[in-house]
Amino acid sequence: MSSLSSSSVAARDIVALEGVTKRFPGIVANDSIDLSIRPGEVHVLLGENGAGKSTLIGMLSGLLQPDEGRILVDGKPTPITSPRHALALGIGTVFQHMMLVPALTVAENLLLGGPWWQRPRTGELEARVAEITRSLGITVKLHAKVSELSLGEQQQVEILRAMVRNSRLLILDESTSMLTPKGIDELGALMRRLVEQGLAIVFITHKLKEAAAFGDRISVLKLGRKVGEIPPERFRALGEQAIISEIVELMFGKQKDDPEAVERPIRTVRAEAAPLLQVADLAVAPTDNAPGLSSISFDIRPGEILGIAGIDGNGQKQLAEALAGQRAATGGSVRLEGVAIEALSVGERRRRGLRYLTDDRLGEGTVGTFPVSINFFLKQVGAAPFWRNGFEQRAEIDKRAAQLVREYDVRTPSLKTPVARLSGGNIQKVLLARELAEGAKVVIFNKPTYGLDLANTLASRQRIRDTAARGLAVLLISTDLEELLSICDRIAVIANGALVGTVENVDDARTKVGRLMIGLAA
Amino acid sequence: MSIDTAPTVSATALDATSGAATRRDILHRLLMTLGPILAALVIAGCILLAVGVDPLAYYGYVLEKGLFSPLGIQQTLTRMAPLLFLAAGLIVAFRAGMWNLGGDGQFLLGAVTAAASAPVFVQLMPAWLALICSFLIAAVVAMIWSLVPALLRAYQGVNEIITTLMMTFLGTSLANVLVKLVFRDPGTTVPQTRTLPVEDRLPRLFDTTITSGLLLGLAAIIIVHLVMTRTAFGLKLRIVGANPRAAVHAGLGVPGLTIAVFAISAGLAGLAGAVDIIGVQGNVRADWNPAYGLAVIPAVFLARMNGFAAIGFVFLLSVLSIGGESAARRLGVPNHFTLVLVSIVLIVLALAEYIDHRYNQSRKA
Repeated sequence: MSSLSSSSVAARDIVALEGVTKRFPGIVANDSIDLSIRPGEVHVLLGENGAGKSTLIGMLSGLLQPDEGRILVDGKPTPITSPRHALALGIGTVFQHMMLVPALTVAENLLLGGPWWQRPRTGELEARVAEITRSLGITVKLHAKVSELSLGEQQQVEILRAMVRNSRLLILDESTSMLTPKGIDELGALMRRLVEQGLAIVFITHKLKEAAAFGDRISVLKLGRKVGEIPPERFRALGEQAIISEIVELMFGKQKDDPEAVERPIRTVRAEAAPLLQVADLAVAPTDNAPGLSSISFDIRPGEILGIAGIDGNGQKQLAEALAGQRAATGGSVRLEGVAIEALSVGERRRRGLRYLTDDRLGEGTVGTFPVSINFFLKQVGAAPFWRNGFEQRAEIDKRAAQLVREYDVRTPSLKTPVARLSGGNIQKVLLARELAEGAKVVIFNKPTYGLDLANTLASRQRIRDTAARGLAVLLISTDLEELLSICDRIAVIANGALVGTVENVDDARTKVGRLMIGLAA
Repeated sequence: MSIDTAPTVSATALDATSGAATRRDILHRLLMTLGPILAALVIAGCILLAVGVDPLAYYGYVLEKGLFSPLGIQQTLTRMAPLLFLAAGLIVAFRAGMWNLGGDGQFLLGAVTAAASAPVFVQLMPAWLALICSFLIAAVVAMIWSLVPALLRAYQGVNEIITTLMMTFLGTSLANVLVKLVFRDPGTTVPQTRTLPVEDRLPRLFDTTITSGLLLGLAAIIIVHLVMTRTAFGLKLRIVGANPRAAVHAGLGVPGLTIAVFAISAGLAGLAGAVDIIGVQGNVRADWNPAYGLAVIPAVFLARMNGFAAIGFVFLLSVLSIGGESAARRLGVPNHFTLVLVSIVLIVLALAEYIDHRYNQSRKA
């Protein structure tokens, strides 16, 4: 392997991160991260959604500035001030979503970004492209329209664009997510040839197999922190299976001094009770950008919490929406207290006691410009006693809203404050109050603590436990395994729109669920 | 302990201070509206100077004809009647986030149906019933005309700005065709509909020439305002307008509400046409198109879709258009200068809004 020789020769980092921290309101996206990126290495950044990968890339490509710590380029501390500056430093980024103009040809796309006062230098470009493609062993149709290329070919064009601009460091953000298996293998081979030429590559993925197959060095991110690194020496010493199990340990293993670690109180669910929610063979057709669902079946008894674990984007949202009635199911049945509800509307399902706490709090959960008080009753518009004969009863609404604000500890300047002005945690409390209020029987929580700070996370989890303790059936969808382990009675794992296994939450559930999540048998 | 009491205390405390805050808010809003209008008048004055017209004389004529002369103010108030109905229709649509720009087509079709039906009905039934029937028919025809954009938007997500604009071109042409071919009054040489006798039209107010349609228009816009702000139906429409995904999530029947919005908005535009014909004009001449529908849009925007503010701006618009017509005749300024004035006001207002926003942002930072 040539990476062996090159990494020993050029041991100096092209780019290094030292204690880089980036905060957003309510979240620490990156928490004092150290990273060294060397020529001749594929550096894999591994982590689930929300682990902080995108933020890290944003800082490397000049889109974001770190709050603390520094970035060194060639050993010198260098603030990367803009994407243009990043390009000038030799850092090229291929983003998750294609950034080519589909109506233009490949050549025209490659020429974009040149000085506006010059004629595009087509001849120069062709010579340069020919040189690069020959050395990499790929072919690129310069005069084809981008819209006619496959996704894999488009990606090659994006990589080529970075090369034409003399990049020394190439960042590939979730580049395999849209590729076919063959395309993924080709990309792996291409990355290998690029590092052989002395390039450094940062390869972001959440697929363990790719990380083990294509990487030289692996850094694992978890909730904004770097929880471990496998350097090239160890990487080569271990076999693929050994690497994967080490990564699983890093990604899903229990952290020492984890403030969220709470012992799950042993609760007994009465096994003989009739299930409140029964789902059988639920199916949803896939759309352009979302997977479908196939033969989803589960039961939840009163007082029971069923967790849905899985990497984000495997059909969790579709499942929640299909149950709530927001997304049309193509087959299967959903029974609430034994009564079929799959043909009912969103409103009717809610009236019968099915509640859906969405993960998209501002996008669909609330109307940001409306006052807090109205947002409590968004799903009850027209219902007594808040409306009588269609007329708003301001006093009734304010009275009940003030009560809910107290009960759920919503920190708001006033009831009239537009809900979007509140922090994420307080918006979540508004949603919790709305969904858990009288009449709830089955509650679907979709990523209930996503993006919340620790205090609000713990408070939300307590709400979920209390909900089940009241005898409601709870479906908890989460990408945070720790959360599921600390709350659920059973955990089902979703992958590609199907439930691949269900695990009782006892002793070794952590390892079993972790293995199911990455596509191994429990 | 403190956690328990803190929200209650702050909630009541803020309710107490919010009174002062809203008063300051209203003052700020007034300043932000009137300031730019004055600035716009100055800019428009500069343009008038540039074309060699004394701006003071122009504004003087506008005010004299549109506001201060007894005849002028009566004309202004009469002109308000159809404009108020149109504004009411636009408020419903805009608050629900649907841009019904087809007001002119809906207006003209309403006008033509009213003009065609009223003279027939008055011979068949008591005058008051005849007028009500004409109003209803005008509203229904306009609603039907909005059905195509409504269905396309509700079930196919087709942008209603394009479809309503296209339907308005078709609507104005169809109205013309109807006047020339179908409802043409055989008794006249100019192509126009049969004329409704003056005594059968909407009564005038007291001893003036002001049409009682003004009262109907005021009632329409106030009712619309109250429905939008005080009722469950209005809130549903506002949810659809402010966040359509939240509307789906909350289980509202968005397609049905969409069609209702178009029907109400177009119906009110049809009533605007009817009130202009039955109250004032008495007939529709071929090629008649006052283009009130587009002229009202800025007024509704300036009022921020508030019904009461819209009454004020519609009044201003009427003064400008009645006064502007007269001033234009006397000073040789093109009649359309009124539109130039209105658009300058809009641009200056938008700029003021932008600067105000930037100022707030920088103060926060």
